[in-house]
Amino acid sequence: MNPVLLWFHQLGSPPVFDRFAARWVPVGFVLGLLTMAIGLYGALFVVPADYQQGDSFRILYIHVPAAWMSLFVYGLMAFYAVIALVWHIKLCEVLAMACAPIGALFTAVTLATGSIWGKPMWGTWWDWDPRLTSELVLLFLYLGVIGLNAAIEDRRAAARAAGFLAIVGVVLLPVIRYSVTWWNSLHQGATIKLFGESTMDASMTWPLWVMVLATKFWFVGSLLQRARADNLEREAGKDWARAAAGVER
Amino acid sequence: MSAPSLLAAARAQALRDLRLVWRRRGDAAQPLLFALMVVALFPLALGADPQQLARIAPGVLWVAVLLASLLTLDTLYRSDVEDGSLEQMLLAPVPLAWLLAVRVGVHWFTASLPLVVVTPLLAELLFLPADLLPVLMASLLLGTPLLSLMGAVVAALTVGIRRSGMLLALLALPLFLPVLVFGAGSVMAAAQGLPWIGALLLLGAGLALALVLAPLAAAAAIRIALN
Repeated sequence: MNPVLLWFHQLGSPPVFDRFAARWVPVGFVLGLLTMAIGLYGALFVVPADYQQGDSFRILYIHVPAAWMSLFVYGLMAFYAVIALVWHIKLCEVLAMACAPIGALFTAVTLATGSIWGKPMWGTWWDWDPRLTSELVLLFLYLGVIGLNAAIEDRRAAARAAGFLAIVGVVLLPVIRYSVTWWNSLHQGATIKLFGESTMDASMTWPLWVMVLATKFWFVGSLLQRARADNLEREAGKDWARAAAGVER
Repeated sequence: MSAPSLLAAARAQALRDLRLVWRRRGDAAQPLLFALMVVALFPLALGADPQQLARIAPGVLWVAVLLASLLTLDTLYRSDVEDGSLEQMLLAPVPLAWLLAVRVGVHWFTASLPLVVVTPLLAELLFLPADLLPVLMASLLLGTPLLSLMGAVVAALTVGIRRSGMLLALLALPLFLPVLVFGAGSVMAAAQGLPWIGALLLLGAGLALALVLAPLAAAAAIRIALN
């Protein structure tokens, strides 16, 4: 068998995944913290203030990467769920369910930073703008997946049911997004665009890309950590899991 | 044993479900009472100014119908899970999706259609202008089956859970959002003199899609939930 494929198949085994995750979790977190420190330093001290928004635009360096991650994580969760449902790979169930709380937190961070930015800029904490509304619905979808996963006793059945819900959500997300846009355009004219088409100056964009990278690293560390904990819990009866936890037989 | 034809199976399933509803016809009136009470709450809370009520009437009526059909979702599979007939449907020689489609059809006919029928009465309570009533009825006729079909998928995911009431609402409401937007939106548009046919066409398109896909998705969800 081709070595890459072999490695991939072996990774599906819980003990191999546990060792893999134990090795890569610190790497993910350390790289995430480092890039985050660089990105935040750049965003707070290096980048010049905006000529219109002053310093308050700097929250964008957290807001935008978190918003991108909120969608990316949802897509990844549904992707894992499809694999879990089609090929019955236990590890993918674990990974899909580990995605949900992380994605929900990224969504919450997006909404919170958006509100904080909106107060001085728009003069209001909340606006029923299509973007805000669909982000809120995304948060509800995440909470639904988490809630369903928590409500079912059997861990495997829970992950598969919640994964199915995530897939249904992916199918309906564009519809929800479109309907919200349509609904809003019916009631009022052009709303405030978050960015407009205003191009950012290159001197202002680099911390954004660093922060995007940082959230990705942080997500990898966090996903592996959560998946590892869940994996160990599910395999708690097995010898290798007891050995990994340092339990004497 | 030869498998019964699809139509014979559908007929048997529909007759059984209708008979079950008929035997407990008191329960069937509850969604109507619920919708009536929700509608009655708004004038009490907002004051009885006819103009103000007429302005919010389309939205209130749609929300009342949506909440009432959400509450009936729990009964869609509940008794079948408890007495084990859902497992028999799973084992039946006809496709589960087909039986579920019949089940949802009967459910819509007995739980949602009465709501649509009493809507003119509810609309009168909120002083909805008479020329908006046809639009409201059309949007409800297209929208309520869509709610039943999408609700059937979500309810199927929760059949394994004993107390699923609040969870079901949490799961279903975000997915119901587009139906509400287009349903209430069409009446609101008509009230403002804007073209409203587009929203109804979109509801119809969604209904056509859901008629095909939702039973299949519900069957997949039942298989996951019952393992």
